[in-house]
Amino acid sequence: MRHIETVFSGFGGQGVLFAGQLLAYAGLAEELYVTWIPSYGPEMRGGTANCTVILSEEKIGAPVVRNPSAAVVMNSPSMEKYELLVRKGGLLVVNSSLVSRKSNRDEVQVLTIPASDIATELGNVRIANMVLLGAFVEATGIVALDTVKQQLNEHLSERQRKWLEPNYTALQRGSELALEPSTV
Amino acid sequence: MTEDVHIEASEIPEAMERVYGYPESLTRVATHYCPGCVHGIIHRLVAEVLDELDIREETIGVAPVGCAVLAYNYLNADFVEAAHGRAPAMATGIKRVNPDKVVFTYQGDGDLAAIGTAEILHAANRGELITTVFVNNAIYGMTGGQMAPTTLPGMVTTSTPTGRDCTLAGYPIKMSEILAQTAGAAYITREHATDVSGIHRTKKAIKRAFLAQIHQLGFACVEVLSTCPTNWNQDPWEAMQWAKEQMGAYYPVETFKITDAVKTLKV
Amino acid sequence: MARQLLKGNIAFAEAAVRNGLVAYFGYPITPQSEALEHLSGRMVEEGRTFLQAESEVAAINMVYGAASSGVRVMTSTSGPGLALMAEGLSYIAGSEVPVVVVNMMRGGPGLGNIQPSQADYLFMTKTAGHGDFHPIVLAPSSVQEIVDMVGLAFKLAEKYRTLVIVAGDGAIGQMMESAELPSMQQVRRTRPDWAVTGARDREPNVITSLYLGAEKLEQANLRLQKKLTEIKANEVRYQLYQTEDADLLLVAYGTAGRICTSVVREARRAGLKVGLLRPQTLWPFPEARLAELAGQVSGILVVEMSAGQMLEDVQRAAQSHAPIRFYGRMGGVIPMVGEILEHLQALADAVIQ
Ligand SMILES: Cc1ncc(C[n+]2csc(CCOP(=O)(O)OP(=O)(O)O)c2C)c(N)n1
Ligand code: SF4
Ligand SMILES: [Mg+2]
Repeated sequence: MRHIETVFSGFGGQGVLFAGQLLAYAGLAEELYVTWIPSYGPEMRGGTANCTVILSEEKIGAPVVRNPSAAVVMNSPSMEKYELLVRKGGLLVVNSSLVSRKSNRDEVQVLTIPASDIATELGNVRIANMVLLGAFVEATGIVALDTVKQQLNEHLSERQRKWLEPNYTALQRGSELALEPSTV
Repeated sequence: MTEDVHIEASEIPEAMERVYGYPESLTRVATHYCPGCVHGIIHRLVAEVLDELDIREETIGVAPVGCAVLAYNYLNADFVEAAHGRAPAMATGIKRVNPDKVVFTYQGDGDLAAIGTAEILHAANRGELITTVFVNNAIYGMTGGQMAPTTLPGMVTTSTPTGRDCTLAGYPIKMSEILAQTAGAAYITREHATDVSGIHRTKKAIKRAFLAQIHQLGFACVEVLSTCPTNWNQDPWEAMQWAKEQMGAYYPVETFKITDAVKTLKV
Repeated sequence: MARQLLKGNIAFAEAAVRNGLVAYFGYPITPQSEALEHLSGRMVEEGRTFLQAESEVAAINMVYGAASSGVRVMTSTSGPGLALMAEGLSYIAGSEVPVVVVNMMRGGPGLGNIQPSQADYLFMTKTAGHGDFHPIVLAPSSVQEIVDMVGLAFKLAEKYRTLVIVAGDGAIGQMMESAELPSMQQVRRTRPDWAVTGARDREPNVITSLYLGAEKLEQANLRLQKKLTEIKANEVRYQLYQTEDADLLLVAYGTAGRICTSVVREARRAGLKVGLLRPQTLWPFPEARLAELAGQVSGILVVEMSAGQMLEDVQRAAQSHAPIRFYGRMGGVIPMVGEILEHLQALADAVIQ
């Protein structure tokens, strides 16, 4: 059964909420049940932001989980918070540009991706979220990368449109890196 | 906010005069305010005044519901947290049973000029011996940038997406002008905290407002034109200029009421 | 209409627009301000009335005024705001005008915080204001359900000339899920004959909750009670999940209710025969069905995001048929599946031989 519970976490402004939404849109486009729920509150200001996204063939009960089957962590505080919470056999995608520490969980699949550096190379550090999402989608296969691209095209805001192509590239680069042995 | 740099008075060589320091009335924690937010500056002014008047230990503050809801984390004094808009009523209760203490409210424009209009007006009208610091940033900061009663005509907010249409949403309310009409008010002034001289003037006004209370001269309120870069979608510098020019044009920086007794106070 | 990914707050606000909402009056408060923000744009686009009031006290009385004129009107708020509305809610109940209020519950008491909570249960169902009355209280557990319940709320409010509260919580407001919005309905042009619209060619209408003289007020109260009895008889709603063969029963609503569907699945995988009763109306409460189920099962676990408020209704309805236990989290903490399972297992160990 296609089913995944994942947390996207990082600083406010790193686009974790949008990355999560994009995954949810892609899930919906592939006719899965989806929920997306953000952390909200004054602590969002300047602090960390996160969202939980669930995609499933089954109707979704709890929209939040203690032990997600995957986590995408964009900064060190997120790594500290979620590294140990990911379920055994799950997936941890780490933005190694901002998280220097290696994960020592060996019962979890860990992808180490210098997403912020790649994004900077592509001309906009703020698309690091797409690099990581690309890797996540490739590693889990929960939805097709093409679906994500389609949904990106539909939901990227007017202001961000000029970044559509770089966003595509970022997704692509991420998905390629997920397959490279050095990443794993 | 960065780590504090704290120099004890004893560490300063005798030949040197201490000209600047961290106010005792300010706690040493990083605030939750956004970069460029003026709340932090105004907190500091209040703290300096409490220090200079040596009243920190005699003072009870009333925090609002708004971005300054956690003022008690930053101002090192006894504090209560009021319901939205009710700070002047709570301050009244505190002052009436502690007439020898110094009681002040710190309120935003949503808190004071919308939901709490009745409380502030009647506290002023009773000549309640409290001091109010009124931070006007023309928006609801805490809840995500909705229109405040003080929002300027045409200003875009999250609840006036095409700009404030005053014929439907009402006109920006000039609270200081209104409060000045009450017989109980002793000192009502509007200042701004958008440049150095404005900040200095604001501090003097806050000090005068506390002194008015200490000398039992009546109700005192200092309105401070302020910024909310986050919800105005401006950078801090831009926001300062906007507050000074746009808000200043609608809300004149002026003393609207000052009794003779308050005038003679030495600040 | 296609299914789309929608945030709860936007979804219920848009559903109200499409159900022919004529006027919205509100005051910003987290976790539902996005609804007010959405309506600030949409209502104006549609040429309808949107007004941000100076307080919730004003907002509910604006709503009271518009409702007296017989139009579809609504407000939305959260705990601290609902508390301020209590005055208006009581007048609305006393003068029998149809009103819909959405309450996105947050942690209390006092300013509390803005995280999801279910601690306004007793307030909404039993003591929403002074005097003898109950609003109908609807409890959605998904974005689709809050969309549907807004439509239902207007119908019930108008059918019974009563107050209806749609009781969500911060999680439902902030969550995005796929949902289908209703199609756009025309605004109703006619006004009911009791409404104040100007007494042209008819006797004046008066909307009031004032009845001088004890007998007169008692008569008015008796009429109100009769209506409430009718609502109790006709409008109970709930959802059952895997209760047919259940040995154990979970009772939970809203966000806690949907979490408990996950609990049921996991518990069944572990061999526990568990079912769920999820009340969709908190008032009227599904007492009769609960009493039946209490006779069938060996134990009941009530799960709430509060100290145990619905619990009182469950205890009253189930009487002593089955032992009842409670698990709740407060202050905005969402109970997790694992925690609930532990409590369920403990109950099973205690009651199942
Ligand atoms: C009864 C009630 N209604 C609404 C709110 C939500 N609320 C919290 S702060 C606020 C407005 C704050 O704006 P302002 O007073 O201007 O302060 P700022 O954040 O701009 O400094 C509102 C509406 C609340 N806490 N209580
Ligand atoms: S939201 Fe506005 S008022 Fe609040 S802390 Fe940020 S800048 Fe200051
Ligand atoms: Mg403000």
